[in-house]
Amino acid sequence: MRKPKTLFEKIWDSHIVLQKKNYPPVLYIDAHYIHEVTSPQAFDILRKKKIPVFRPEKTYATADHNVPTINQHLPIKELLSRHQVEILTKNCQEFGINLYGLDHPFNGIVHVIGPELGITKPGMTIVCGDSHTSTHGAFGSIAFGIGTSEVGQVLATQSILQNKPKTMKIEVNGKLQKGVTAKDIILYIISHISVSGATGHFIEYTGSTIKSLSMEGRMTICNMSIEAGARGGIIAPDEITFKYLKGRLFSPKGKKWDRSISYWKTLTSDKNAKFDKVISFNASDIEPMITYGTNPGQAIKITGKIPKNVDLKYMNLFPNQKMIGQKLDLVFIGSCTNSRIEDLRSAAKIINNRKVAKNITAFVVPGSNQVRAQAQKEGLDKIFLSAGFEWRQPGCSACLGMNEDKIPSGKYCISTSNRNFEGRQGPGSKTFLASPLTAAASALTGVISDPRKFI
Amino acid sequence: MITKIISTAIPLPLKNIDTDQIIPAEFLKATTRKNFGKKLFFAWRNKKNFVLNSKKFFGKILVVGYNFGCGSSREHAVWALKDYGFQVVISSYFADIFKNNALNNSLLPIQVSEKILQKIFKIINKDPKIKITIDLANQQIIIPEDNIKEYFYIDPYKKICLMNGYDDIDYVLSLKEQIISFERACHSRESGNP
Repeated sequence: MRKPKTLFEKIWDSHIVLQKKNYPPVLYIDAHYIHEVTSPQAFDILRKKKIPVFRPEKTYATADHNVPTINQHLPIKELLSRHQVEILTKNCQEFGINLYGLDHPFNGIVHVIGPELGITKPGMTIVCGDSHTSTHGAFGSIAFGIGTSEVGQVLATQSILQNKPKTMKIEVNGKLQKGVTAKDIILYIISHISVSGATGHFIEYTGSTIKSLSMEGRMTICNMSIEAGARGGIIAPDEITFKYLKGRLFSPKGKKWDRSISYWKTLTSDKNAKFDKVISFNASDIEPMITYGTNPGQAIKITGKIPKNVDLKYMNLFPNQKMIGQKLDLVFIGSCTNSRIEDLRSAAKIINNRKVAKNITAFVVPGSNQVRAQAQKEGLDKIFLSAGFEWRQPGCSACLGMNEDKIPSGKYCISTSNRNFEGRQGPGSKTFLASPLTAAASALTGVISDPRKFI
Repeated sequence: MITKIISTAIPLPLKNIDTDQIIPAEFLKATTRKNFGKKLFFAWRNKKNFVLNSKKFFGKILVVGYNFGCGSSREHAVWALKDYGFQVVISSYFADIFKNNALNNSLLPIQVSEKILQKIFKIINKDPKIKITIDLANQQIIIPEDNIKEYFYIDPYKKICLMNGYDDIDYVLSLKEQIISFERACHSRESGNP
C-alpha cells in the first residue's frame, strides 16, 4: 500500500525536479510574485551573469511596499521610493514580466492581488520575496517567503533549492463566538505556541472551524503562520475555495475548469498521514484577541490583563493592566492580513452611523484597487468617511511604515496588520494587533474596546 | 571562501530579535547591496549602552539570543550584518528565512544548545578579548581557554558552497535540462493547467 501523505507532501513531492544525495531538493515553482523592495538586487544578479528570466510568464509584479496611499496618479514624492518603483518598472520591461504597477486597475498588495486575480490556485508552489507569502496557502498551495538571493534563483531557473520542512497539524474545532474572527484565531494560536513554535515546519490548518471560514478568513490565518515561525501554512481546498476561484481572470475556464476541480479535490491529507507535530484548539475558548507586547505571540483575550514578568518598557504599559480602556492615538485598517473586502465590510458594520472619537486619527487602506472599487460600489467608503476615517488608496502602508503612513513616535496604534515589533510602524511607534472588528470599535471609543458590545 | 574564522565576539543576549530591529524598513529603499552596515540595529544604536557602541566588545562574531532573525524575509538584514563586519552569528535558534539568507551570503549562522550559548555569553563577558575559533571544515566551535569544543551542524551542501565560494544559482542553472524535462513531464499536474 502507498504510504499515506499529508497535503503538503503531495504537493511538495509532485514539484521535485531533482533530489540528489547531499544536495537540497530542487523544487519547481509555479508562480513567483515580486515587488519593488526585495527584487532590484535579484535582477542585478541576472544582469551580472548575463542570463534572462527563465519563465517570465510565471512571474507577476506589483508595487505595494513603499507606495503612497494618497494621490497615486501623481509622481511619487519621496525620491528613494520613486526610484525603487521606477527600477521595478524598468526591470519588468527589460525582462518581460507582467507588472500591475500603480497606474493599473489590478494594482494592490501582492498577497491580495495574487488570489483575487486567480493566479494563486490549489496544488501550486508559490514564492515571493516577502515573508507573508504564506497567505496563499489558504488555497491549498505551498507558498513561502524567500530572500532576495533566492528571488534571483527563481527568476533564473523557475526553481529553488530548498530543504523539506517538517509538518505540523493545527486543528481548530467548534463554533466561534460572536465577534470572534479569523484574526483572533491566529493570534490565539500564536499566543499558545509562541513566535518560534512552528519554526522549521509547514502548518496545515484543519478542523470544523477552519473549514467554516471564508477565503478571506483563511488567508488571514495562513498569512500569520510566519509569525509563529512557520515556513508556511496550508488549508485543503474545498467548495468555498472553488467558488472563490470560479470566473477569476487567471482561473481555468470550460473543460479546463472541470479537470482542475477533479485534481483539486485530491488535495487533502490522507486519513492516516503522519505529521511531525499535532496541536488542537477549541473554537469556543477563543475570544477577541489583542497584543500588549512587541511580538505577535504576546497576545491575550481583550478582556484580559497583561501578565507579570514581561518587559513592558517599550510599550510603556504595566503588569496586571487591563487592555480594555487603554488609550489610543491611531487606528489602521489595512495590510495583507486584513484589507480584503470582507474585512472592510465587517469594520463598516461596526460603525453603524457612529463617529470616530475626537482623539483618534483613523484610516482605511484597501488591499487593492479591486477591493477599493468593490467597497465603493457597496458604499463602504461613505460609511468610513462620514464616520471620520480616511479612505486611502491601496498599499502596504502603515503595516511597515515604508511610505509616509508612519505611526508617530510614542503614539499608540491599534492595527489590523501582522507585526507589533518595536518601531515596525515607524520609529518609536507602539502597536496593538487586533481584528478589523476590534479596530473599528476602538476607533469609535478612542480606547481599546470589546467589539462584541458594538454588534 | 571560508575555512576558519578566529575572532573576539560581541554579546547581544536578547531573544526573538526580529529583522525589523536588525534593519528597519525605512532603509530598505536602496537598490544595491551596499552600505547597510551603518543602519544595522539603527534604533538601538542611539542608546549609549547598546553593545555595538561599547568599546569593550568588538569582533567578527555576533552572539545573540534564541530565535534570531524572525519576522520579515528581508535579506537586507544579512547584508547589514555582513557590511558591518560580522562573519558569524551564534545563537541557540535561527528563524528559517534568515538562516537561508545568511548562508546565501557567506554569513555563518551557527546554532548551539541554549546551555552552550549561555556559557559563551558568560565567557565573553568575563573576558571580552577572548578569541573564538569557528572551524568550518571540522564543524567545531572552539574556545581552548574554557575547554569548549562543540560540534555544530551545517547543511553538507551549504558547507561545500561556503568553503569553495560556490553559488546556488550556478548549480541550479546547471540543471536546466532536468528542469525543462520536468516541465514537460508534469505539465498535466500543474494546477492551473491540468
